[in-house]
Amino acid sequence: MTGADAGQAGSLPATGDVVAEATYHLTRDSLVRYAGASGDFNPIHYRDDVAEGVGLPGVLAHGMLTMGTAIQPVMEWLGTRGRVVEYGVRFTRPVVVHPVDGASITVTATVGKVDAAASEVRIDLTVSSGGSTVLGKAQVRVALDS
Amino acid sequence: MPVNPDLQGRVFAPVPPYLVGREKIREFATAVQAIAPVHFDPAIAVAAGYPDVVAPPTFPVVVQEATLAQLLAEPDAGIDFSRVVHGEQRFAYTRPVVAGDELTATLTVTSIKTLGGNAMVTAESAMTAADGSHVVTATSTLVVRGDS
Repeated sequence: MTGADAGQAGSLPATGDVVAEATYHLTRDSLVRYAGASGDFNPIHYRDDVAEGVGLPGVLAHGMLTMGTAIQPVMEWLGTRGRVVEYGVRFTRPVVVHPVDGASITVTATVGKVDAAASEVRIDLTVSSGGSTVLGKAQVRVALDS
Repeated sequence: MPVNPDLQGRVFAPVPPYLVGREKIREFATAVQAIAPVHFDPAIAVAAGYPDVVAPPTFPVVVQEATLAQLLAEPDAGIDFSRVVHGEQRFAYTRPVVAGDELTATLTVTSIKTLGGNAMVTAESAMTAADGSHVVTATSTLVVRGDS
């Protein structure tokens, strides 16, 4: 247990608490970096001509990049005083990444359910880009150290 | 060719073990804008009780990919990759992935449903460590669009 986390040890948040909020900026560079890190080299994530050729509104962020980024505020809130037990999302709307302006993803993490007996908390993520929700039923279940 | 309903319940051969590298974890963590020191600094990871740097939660998708490639390549599956959209993704963890893990992933097709003209294929990739213990199961639902 680190000093920064010690003050919260043993206390559970309450349903409805917003535990974290953050905005992340994605650029085309972010997509190329994620392609290399993940091994997903589908060209719709870096080539405008390919994206447009299959009828997309533009180059899209990898759904898994959005998913992977959206949990980061929860990880920062959680620190080393617990662990993620489950994380799931539905991909409801693509994130179009403009070649110059990129795209922003805004995440709000709210406590959806508290299981005090198991020391488990379900965190519900609201994830939006350009004013539209991009992930549905985005939920993280975390177990807190007792 | 439509998606073959007989795929439901099919278990594939395990893919060759994936050795999780420290630099790969750092690279992946940077790509998803993770900043926690446990992803980057082995000493901090050890102090937190882990054997080495800890992978971000969605890292297992890197290992899962080879299993989904098996599914798409299955001759009788009837899954046209150009019509596939990633619908849902879930990870269920026994513990976080750490550098040094040698993960063996085994794919099972758990559900095939048709909805309108589309097929929904759900497949889970169970990943075990070298000692056979469960680490994480990654579950994907792929939407295969029908002829338009």
